[in-house]
Amino acid sequence: MVRFEYLEPTSLGEAVSLVDRHWGQVRVMAGGTDLLVRLKQRVIRPQYVLNLKRVPGLDGLTYAKGQGLRIGALTTIRTIETSPVVKEHYPVLAEAAGMLGSVQVRNLATVGGNLCNASPSAEMPPGLLAYGAQARIVGPKGERTVPLDQFFLGPGQTCLLQGDLLAEVLVPESAPKTAGVYIKLSPRAAMDCAVVGVAAVVTLEDGKCKDCRIALGAVAPTPLRPRSAEDLLRGKPLDPGLRERAGQAAMEEAKPITDVRGSAEYRKEMVKVLTRRAVQQAFQRAMAS
Amino acid sequence: MKQLISLKVNGTTHEVAVEPYWTLLNVIRDHLGLTGTKRGCDSGDCGACTVIMNGKPVNSCLVLAVDARDRDILTIEGLAQDGKLHPLQEAFIEKGGIQCGYCTPGMIMMAKALLDENPRPTEAQVRQAIAGNLCRCTGYVKIVEAILAASEAMTPAKP
Ligand SMILES: Cc1cc2nc3c(=O)[nH]c(=O)nc-3n(C[C@H](O)[C@H](O)[C@H](O)COP(=O)(O)OP(=O)(O)OC[C@H]3O[C@@H](n4cnc5c(N)ncnc54)[C@H](O)[C@@H]3O)c2cc1C
Ligand code: FES
Ligand code: FES
Repeated sequence: MVRFEYLEPTSLGEAVSLVDRHWGQVRVMAGGTDLLVRLKQRVIRPQYVLNLKRVPGLDGLTYAKGQGLRIGALTTIRTIETSPVVKEHYPVLAEAAGMLGSVQVRNLATVGGNLCNASPSAEMPPGLLAYGAQARIVGPKGERTVPLDQFFLGPGQTCLLQGDLLAEVLVPESAPKTAGVYIKLSPRAAMDCAVVGVAAVVTLEDGKCKDCRIALGAVAPTPLRPRSAEDLLRGKPLDPGLRERAGQAAMEEAKPITDVRGSAEYRKEMVKVLTRRAVQQAFQRAMAS
Repeated sequence: MKQLISLKVNGTTHEVAVEPYWTLLNVIRDHLGLTGTKRGCDSGDCGACTVIMNGKPVNSCLVLAVDARDRDILTIEGLAQDGKLHPLQEAFIEKGGIQCGYCTPGMIMMAKALLDENPRPTEAQVRQAIAGNLCRCTGYVKIVEAILAASEAMTPAKP
């Protein structure tokens, strides 16, 4: 393990000013499940590690009807997986959370860490993007709210600037007749990163797709919204031909790489199949809701 | 710089001076001498280091010791009471859920956390719960049997 000095702020203001002051030499730690592994592998060698966990007010879920869900950055993945409110109103998030690592990892790992780590294959971004989530960021110059579509800039790269911390994720209230699904393709049933992840959330009106969001993981430098596929679906009833074209459109937007988990060609093909399937399942669930 | 912390493990509070980059696993094994908790991968993948912290199973190799202060930690050494093994320990022996034994403490701590939350899990729930615990010897079948047997012994089905 890399030797570091330890900082433990007890307020958000103190945390922000410490991160700002030591920018470039400090790493923020939430659950530590990504950070500690990289410190042990010595791929990063910060002078300071700043533990965010003793900062009050960053933990926990609150849901208010009409306003939606607020998820504090330090909320654990396990809390999201098991929360009755999340299961009822945002089941795609609970589903995705349950697929991340093991129970032991999920008890430590936080949603903020999952987003800020900005791995293209991370579990939580597709579902959050599909629900239209926003990130509330607090920094030296105050706070701002950024749509999650604009949060990710590349592998390991986010829109966070010097001194910024992710404080909260805001998920808007879903319209009636809204439902979704997250499909994770990975060779192992547990403890494996996604080869392709697809989330789809659709809202129906009179049997037609009033609105929809699709989000793909592990097939581009950042989690991706295949907007051309969404545009195809909007305003139409779902039929097999449309489903197929949406899959095709999503495939054309995906820009995967070849790595140990799968080739670019295979990933593209799977984007088509899984988008088609996700859209179908989301429609069915919305119909039944 | 070392920091003096108090660490509550199995009901006993220890005063330990720790470097900030020491993990809870290091301190439990190398400083408190509680070597029941195993170090396998040291990176969250194998589950051999599983302990229960504030009621929740976690990988102790992914927790900084400084950050474990003021929390309640339970290790495999804390399960037996008055020289009597915990029903999970009995069941692992009885069913042959132990071969080399390296995964066993982590498995049992994970199983304990599961049964605390869900006293009568299905086989599928047991398998899901131990997805983060690797065993190179048993093929898991005997481990799953042992956990189900312990569940039955601890919480008999209602007639
Ligand atoms: C065995 C194992 C299996 C895993 N399996 C999966 C999996 O299946 N799917 C998956 O998506 N991930 C997986 N992961 C990765 C990891 O667990 C998740 O990404 C987790 O959500 C990270 O959260 P954390 O709180 O532990 O982050 P940390 O490690 O604490 O932080 C991660 C990064 O985010 C930054 N950061 C954290 N919080 C903030 C904040 N509030 N503001 C600004 N920056 C912040 C940190 O500085 C760091 O760079 C796995 C990890 C392990 C060890
Ligand atoms: S040693 Fe901690 S998970 Fe392997
Ligand atoms: S008994 Fe040997 S690893 Fe499980």
